[in-house]
Amino acid sequence: MTLAQEAHGFLSPTGVEIAFLLVGLVTFGAAIVTVTTKQLVHAALWLVVALGGLAVEYLLLTAEFIAWVQVLIYVGSVVVLLLFGLMLTRAPIGRSPDADSGNRWAALVVALAAAAALVWVVADAFRTTWIDLDGPAAGSTEATGASLFQNWVLPFEALSVLLLAALVGAIVLSRKAKAELSSPPVNSRVATGSSPSVPDSRNHPIGRNEPVAGTKSTKGTPSTRGTETAKGTESAEQEGAR
Amino acid sequence: MNDALDVALRLLIVFVVFLTFPLIIGQTEHKVMAHMQGRLGPMYAGGFHGWAQLVADGVKFAQKEDVVPAGADRRVFQLAPAVALLPYLLVLLAIPIGPGEGAVGQVVDAGVFFVLAVMGVGVLGSLMAGWASANKFSLLGGLRTAAQLLAYELPMLLTAASVAMAAGTVSLPGILDAFEWWWLPWQIVGAIVFFVAGLAELQRPPFDMPVADSEIIFGAYTEYTGLRFALFLLAEYAGIVVLCGLTTVLFLGGWHGPWGADGLGWVWTLLKTAVLAFVVIWLRVTYPRLREDQLQKLSWTLLVPLSLAQIALTGIVKVVIQ
Repeated sequence: MTLAQEAHGFLSPTGVEIAFLLVGLVTFGAAIVTVTTKQLVHAALWLVVALGGLAVEYLLLTAEFIAWVQVLIYVGSVVVLLLFGLMLTRAPIGRSPDADSGNRWAALVVALAAAAALVWVVADAFRTTWIDLDGPAAGSTEATGASLFQNWVLPFEALSVLLLAALVGAIVLSRKAKAELSSPPVNSRVATGSSPSVPDSRNHPIGRNEPVAGTKSTKGTPSTRGTETAKGTESAEQEGAR
Repeated sequence: MNDALDVALRLLIVFVVFLTFPLIIGQTEHKVMAHMQGRLGPMYAGGFHGWAQLVADGVKFAQKEDVVPAGADRRVFQLAPAVALLPYLLVLLAIPIGPGEGAVGQVVDAGVFFVLAVMGVGVLGSLMAGWASANKFSLLGGLRTAAQLLAYELPMLLTAASVAMAAGTVSLPGILDAFEWWWLPWQIVGAIVFFVAGLAELQRPPFDMPVADSEIIFGAYTEYTGLRFALFLLAEYAGIVVLCGLTTVLFLGGWHGPWGADGLGWVWTLLKTAVLAFVVIWLRVTYPRLREDQLQKLSWTLLVPLSLAQIALTGIVKVVIQ
């Protein structure tokens, strides 16, 4: 430990270290915005920034392969899936005040505890490990592959079993939902999403004349309502907007 | 200093390619479509066979007012065209057009993953456009885009992985160095699957359900005008360049030619890319649009199994020849 500290002080950071720190700050900020913004789709887009920032951090640590896989899987697929789900169910333009679960403080406590545990474990485990940025890339595809399939092959296989279980679970859930659907559809309108919260300005000529930014009240836009809103409240809201 | 100059020169060349090649393909599309449909096409602008039609189109786009709908999410709406276009510029950096280190913008260690990952990001632009327009047709277009990407990303990745297995590397120049002529029949199924899936990812006909103009106007791009709309069009043509270049590099041997002409590697790459681009245009004129369920079915029941079979075949042959 002392050896490592002697060789690498924190007082004169190199350019890469400064870049790492700055990108880390951006990633952190984007992550905070992701969980605090009231606009659902914006949250997903900020998630893109956070995940992309992580990929840049991997790049700075010379783990090129991991970085591209991060972009491919998370930005290219997971976020697209997330956006798909949002658009299919409810993707209002503007704020969704009901998108708050009320567990804000519990979530904060759990997040802080998890972050503290992770930071402590990682910092304690890799305190003396330094990546030589000038030598051959320590995280090249070859090195990553060799390490993955020689040292870490058991966790790798365990993870694939976990994914298989998730896959089977998804199939079971979707089949169950299908069986329920075939029984008399009482609320089929909700189930089939025949009236999703498609942003549509035609229903609401009122409140459209006001400037968009800032003043766009949550009541004035039909898109902020979910499918569960009854017809009565709609007209009430129209009155309110008037 | 010399290094900086070298980097600047490479970036400049890639940028020029990025600016010119999509336009060349656009002009070719005008002409090829006109010939295949037995009509003249644009013939007047510029005099000779309407060569200046694209310039005129560009001027028209630049002159139009840049409208953002009142109900739209302003910033996301305006950001979307850039998100759709820029990834293709980045991908061009990694595609080698000739042998050696001098003929590629930047050697990327995990090149295959880099190009596929960055191409996938481009689709986010269409999603953002579809959502931020506050228009139900745009939203439907965005939904279809997302569904299409999810369905076709997998076969693309699997077939690219098959080539990487055959070459024993995931670097694009490395794959070309390892290329032998008999890879062509060996990987032919993968090549077709990759090309078809790439077409679907670009939303080119017959996979243009997300912009089906007869039912959802123009999908995610309905509300766009002027330069931003032109950027989306440019992204489509840049996507054709990238897809054809990638198919050439991964499956058709890139700069390898049948007569082994030294120093002419880049000609082979460009020639193969051009032929593939012609095929893309040809398919647009030839095939009717697939329905949304047919789109999904084609991917999940045909392309994914085929690409898995290709990977199995690659693995078996690889083990046998070792």
